[in-house]
Order: sequence, then C-alpha cells, then structure tokens
Amino acid sequence: MALDKIGIAKRIAKELKDRYFVNLGIGIPTLVANYIPKGIDVEFQSENGVLGMGPFPFEGEEDADIINAGKQTITTLPGASFFDSATSFGMIRGQHVDLTILGAMEVSEKGDIANWKIPGKMVKGMGGAMDLVASAENIIVAMMHVNKAGESKILKKCTLPLTGVGCVKKVVTELAVLEITPKGFKLLERAPGVTVEQIIASTEADLIIEGEIPEMTID
Amino acid sequence: MINKKVNTVQEALQGIENGMTLMLGGFGLCGIPENSIAELVQKETKNLTCISNNAGVDDFGLGLLLQKKQIKKMISSYVGENAEFERQMLSGELEVDLIPQGTLAERCRAAQAGIPAFFTPAGYGTEVAEGKEVREFNGKMHIMEHAFKADFAIVKAWKGDTAGNLIFKGTARNFNPCMCGAAKITVAEVEELVEAGTLDPNQIHIPGIFVQRIFQGKKYEKRIEQRTVRVRNN
Repeated sequence: MALDKIGIAKRIAKELKDRYFVNLGIGIPTLVANYIPKGIDVEFQSENGVLGMGPFPFEGEEDADIINAGKQTITTLPGASFFDSATSFGMIRGQHVDLTILGAMEVSEKGDIANWKIPGKMVKGMGGAMDLVASAENIIVAMMHVNKAGESKILKKCTLPLTGVGCVKKVVTELAVLEITPKGFKLLERAPGVTVEQIIASTEADLIIEGEIPEMTID
Repeated sequence: MINKKVNTVQEALQGIENGMTLMLGGFGLCGIPENSIAELVQKETKNLTCISNNAGVDDFGLGLLLQKKQIKKMISSYVGENAEFERQMLSGELEVDLIPQGTLAERCRAAQAGIPAFFTPAGYGTEVAEGKEVREFNGKMHIMEHAFKADFAIVKAWKGDTAGNLIFKGTARNFNPCMCGAAKITVAEVEELVEAGTLDPNQIHIPGIFVQRIFQGKKYEKRIEQRTVRVRNN
C-alpha cells in the first residue's frame, strides 16, 4: 500500500544522522521533526532565523514573535539561538547546514528541481528554496509521486521553471525511494506492498533497477 | 550622545514621497513595522517600490498598502499569502521582482556594508540568473547580484534607546537588522524606547550609527498568521 504523508515523513526521518543540522521545508518535510530516530541528536534550522527549533507551543503559549519559515508558531529547545536573515543564509550558503528536506512539483533525472512557479497560474515565489538547493550538499525531496492530474512528477526533464539544477540527491514518495545517480534515477526501495511494476507505471523517467528491490522499513 | 528620538510616527516618516523606494523589515507578519505601515496608508504616498520579504496578507501588513494601490513595484521572495497581491500581479497592475530569500537578505546587508555587488550560487541555471554575470568559483557556478539602493529603510525592533541602538526579539529579528543603514535614512519603530545608557552595550544587536530616527510605536497587534499548537497531555 502506498504511504501517507506521515509514512513519507517517517521514512525520511531515517536519513537523519547524529549531529546533523537540518532545514525542513513547508509541508511533509515539517512532519519529519516528529520522527527523529532514538539515540541521535539533531538541530532544526528555520531560515527566518532560528536554530534549535522545538515543537508547536501548548495552547495559550503561542508567541507571535517566535515562528518558523512556514509562519507557524513554534517553541525553542535548550541551546537554541535567533539570528537575522543574512546570518541565516550564511549558514545555508556556507554549508553549515548538513541536510535540506523540501517539497517539489517536479524532479528530473539530472537532479533538477522545480517548486516555485506555474506560469500564468500560480506564482508564490521561491522563498529560501533557491538558496537552499544551490548550497546544501545533501538535498532530499519529499513529495507525492504523481500530481493531482495523475501525471508523474519524476521526469526525464522538468517542464516548470527551475528552482535549482543538478542538486537533488534523493526523492522519497508514497511509492518509492529513489536516488539520483549520474545515470539517472535508481530505485532503492519500494513502499510496503507496492510492486516495482506499479512504480514504473507511475514514473515518466527511466528507472535503474538492479536486483531485488527491498521494501521500506518504517517503524 | 547623538539623539535620534522623534516623538511621532509622522515625524519619523517625514520626507517619504511618491515614487520612493522603501525597505521594510519583517517575515510574514512577524516583526513588521506596523505603526509606520499604518501611517503610510494615512499619508497616501503612491507609486512606492517596496523591498520586503513578503507582501503581508490581504488586510494586514503591506497588504494594506496594496489594497490602496500605493505600491507600484514589490521586490520580495515569497508572496503566497496575499490574494489581492496575486490579482494585481496577474493583471499587470503591480510590477513584481521575485528573488531568492538569501539574495534578498544579502543585497540588504551589502547595501549596509558598502559592498556594491557579490556572487551567490542561488538561482544559477534558473530564470533568476537571466541577464546576470555568471562566474565559476571553486568549480561551482555563481551569479552576480547588486546591493539594493533605497531611500528609506523602515524597521521594527523590540527595544531601542535614544541613541538608536536596537535589540530584537525572537524571529521578529529576521530582515530588520540587515536593512538598518541600507538606505539613505533608516527609521526604527520599537515597542519600548528607553534613555541612552539604559541598555547593556553588550546586548545591542544593531548599533545606533545605522539608525537615523527612532520612535516608540503606539500599539502592536502582532497578528499571528498560522496559529499552530500542540495538545496538552494531562
């Protein structure tokens, strides 16, 4: 069965490593913070100017001056710090942030990503996404495999305006975990109960499939 | 001590004229200069170019200036929360320059610090890079971006003193420090204005040299855009 958004977040959480600084994008990536593997220490950075982000506040304890980049009220954990936007993007461009997890509308087999604009329809802006994808060494995309019209978002070439080129390392969808290699998308894992054939049928790009493809393990 | 204190928002915004370029601090509705925006609505200043990360929401923040059609051009990184903005942009009434958030911050900081231009990898290979100088450093492609030029920077801080020193709170800091001193005149509105000598010099985030006028805002609504809470387990 295909994963739900929480399942995708849980699978991505397994990519977190001890002592990682992580930037989480809006949507599914935000959920990853709820499933940090036991026994590791990570700190979450939000580009509006906080490191050491904690969970949402208890009702009545919201502070309008303490939000994340999704404009949601948050709390901070011991060791947290606040800083200005130039310093925040210094952390990002300077590659002090180890992992960026973000959503996308399209990803190509070259690791290109599109997630900020649909010409003539939707223009929300890139926010910090262009800085993040141009700078981070490790970028994982969390998204649904196909769009609402049923079309694959895993493509040979992106059709929408790009956010960054040759930057995405891994994609986790409700169906599969894909790695971007110099030769294109490599199928690493499939969602529990999902067949390789189903994944191929939902993917426009070619897939490199070597041997038996294991099922994801999700706690 | 050089006194920067002005008594009213009207005095603080004196000299802002039609067609000027303004920088305004804030991220979403967090840390925005609420009192100054309200006064700009009152002044009915028109044809403004506004440099600000977001455009507010329909009925708060810069959305108030958009409603009155006082803004000719917006320079922002993300404008997804404002329906009126989207309408004016798609109809062509409003010029919009969308730029990466880190580039926006650095173009402010560069203006503050006297750096005319810089190279960043953000936007390389995208439409943001169109028409810009591209250069390779350490095997990676970068594009050249310029410092902003603005007439007024209008920022919001938590505490300030009569010398113009500023302290920010939480993530209401965001673009505010980067914009101080990045325009010809910087106006700071603060929640609490104290006499010079009251604040600990060790705790100052922005030295008063970057601020020309400071005043205490009458009131702060501090509207929350996304109120997210967790359930208490008793």
